[in-house]
Amino acid sequence: MWNYTDKVMDHFLNPRNVGEIPDADGIGEVGNIVCGDAMKLYIKLDDKKEFVADVKFQTFGCASAIASASALTEMVKGKPLAEASKVTNQDIADFLGELPEEKMHCSVMGMEALQAAFAHIKKQNPAAKITDPVTEAGYDPEGLDRIVCHCFTVSERKIREVILANGLKTVEQVTHYCKAGGGCGGCKPDIEEILAKVNGNAHPAGAPEAAAVVKPLTNLQRINLIQKTFDQEIRPALQQDGGDAELVDIAGDRIQVKLCGRCAACPSAHQTLKQYIEAKLRETVSPSLTVEEVR
Amino acid sequence: MDPAKIIYVDNNATTAVAPEVLEAMMPFMTTWYGNPSSPHPFGDYAKRAVDHAHGQVATLLGCDPDEIIFTGCGTESDNAAILSALEIDPKRRRIVSTAVEHPAILSLCDVLRRRGYHVDLLPVDHHGRINLDQLRGLVTDETAIVSIMWANNETGNLYPVEEAARIAHAKGALFHTDAVQAAGKIPINLKDSVIDFLSLSGHKLHAPKGVGALFKRRFVPFNQFIIGGHQERGLRAGTENVAGIVALGQAADLARAHMAEERTYVAGLRDHLERELLASCPDPVVNGNPEHRLPNTTNISFKYIEGESILFLMHPFGICASSGSACTSGSLEPSHVLRAMGVPQIAIHGSIRFSLSRFNTRAEMDVIIAKLPPIIHRLRQISPYGR
Repeated sequence: MWNYTDKVMDHFLNPRNVGEIPDADGIGEVGNIVCGDAMKLYIKLDDKKEFVADVKFQTFGCASAIASASALTEMVKGKPLAEASKVTNQDIADFLGELPEEKMHCSVMGMEALQAAFAHIKKQNPAAKITDPVTEAGYDPEGLDRIVCHCFTVSERKIREVILANGLKTVEQVTHYCKAGGGCGGCKPDIEEILAKVNGNAHPAGAPEAAAVVKPLTNLQRINLIQKTFDQEIRPALQQDGGDAELVDIAGDRIQVKLCGRCAACPSAHQTLKQYIEAKLRETVSPSLTVEEVR
Repeated sequence: MDPAKIIYVDNNATTAVAPEVLEAMMPFMTTWYGNPSSPHPFGDYAKRAVDHAHGQVATLLGCDPDEIIFTGCGTESDNAAILSALEIDPKRRRIVSTAVEHPAILSLCDVLRRRGYHVDLLPVDHHGRINLDQLRGLVTDETAIVSIMWANNETGNLYPVEEAARIAHAKGALFHTDAVQAAGKIPINLKDSVIDFLSLSGHKLHAPKGVGALFKRRFVPFNQFIIGGHQERGLRAGTENVAGIVALGQAADLARAHMAEERTYVAGLRDHLERELLASCPDPVVNGNPEHRLPNTTNISFKYIEGESILFLMHPFGICASSGSACTSGSLEPSHVLRAMGVPQIAIHGSIRFSLSRFNTRAEMDVIIAKLPPIIHRLRQISPYGR
């Protein structure tokens, strides 16, 4: 049972601006039913395309998701574009007084729907005065738009955004704000690294100091150690469960692995890959390694 | 919140302490606070009360009084049975259970897997049923214990534990059942059974929280889980929770007296509620196996909307139920039971469980029947998915 402020309950019980706008200038649709919440935001501009004339929403989700969407519509309605497009999830949370940290992802969903709607508007009206980080940066599926959390389809870009906008410090906080890491947990080391990069730490928080002291291995020694760990420890453990894995390639810090046997068809294969194989290799060889699955 | 106006339909979470139970336990917190182990008549009074409770719980389950071990909760009973089975026969390093067990079993299985044991979880079909042939295939000569719940807490589904126990025994494995939801709601007779271990919990049958019991069949080898003094015939150390044990004994007596009512009165209320909600809310889905389930439980999915929102909108009417949605669980994943059953995502987040008790009334059901459909309608108006 969550503790919601009166304002959250008010916006949940009496949501403002529910519905659709058939001739909207922009529609932003985010989330999906698998994740347990989703939102569709409709924005109608004035004739000169300078301010938000009307806004409506539809939300599938919990009380705070509905309240966040309702609050967002009140915050942007009647506002000039430049101002409306700058609303962040923290603004939504502030407007509502407070959201439980576990529910901050609801406010993030509001911000994302807003950004998606403005991206849609900008596509149709390139002249519109919109500050939109997403469209300005361009879509980059190999880089920042790569999916980090596969359970909830969260990109590195989104993780970076919530870290920066809210000053996040821990993986748990990142999970509360954008769900990343909240499913199988296999991407937690990835999130840890992103946190370290964004917050400017050389080493992820809590990384063993000793790792830096150990004498660096030559490339050949390193490859041998990876192969040995793989053949003598990882494969026998997987074989016990009827599975197996094949070491496909080693490219710098990236280790490519093919899962076979029962592992290949296992729904928690991703977890095996990250929580077992990657963790084992990081422990025995180097904390900087990442394991990738090739099919 | 006015407690008098609460319509409590979350009895699989916990139950009200029955007035007779409270009355029976109170003297052991006030007047008769002795320690059953003490060598004086004052302690002996408490000891006799504990002995009497053994008999009461044994009568409910159809076993002998010395086959009952009082514990702190259902979870402790589950842990004790499984960990003991693994210690007794260290060569057997496999455990078989199901994907729909309570976390008391599933989290333990996770830990055991990390300790190097092999755990197989039986999958379930879309009604939540297990396949006994599949179970037969999973149990081997290396299986230490098979643990299958008697009744599921979320759907109320009943499982064929007797057949499963025979399958376990055929390979020399022990059999445990988590009967926390079944005990007191359906007849159990362990005399005619081959089940080795059975767990139950006081607060699910109108006794207070903090007391449970483990049935261990006579001659089944057992290593104690909590180590210390000689309480419970040396099988569970720690000074007895005398008041709680007396309460559980009294609750067992009451459950036996009201057993027929579960099948008639409680099931009647549940059926009335379910029938009316199915008729008045478009596109509902009942999760579970309507042919074989507890008399008190119904789990209904209202598609396109989310459970926490439904629960919040029921609060003003005092209605207390539960949901399998992610938001209500505090984690980000929805119910593992409904996921294991393959309930579609469009329905899983909007699942509501109503679990009744003999203290519910038809007037309460009629309030839910009147108040819920407009809530469903209202949330569907807000939802982008369906009307």
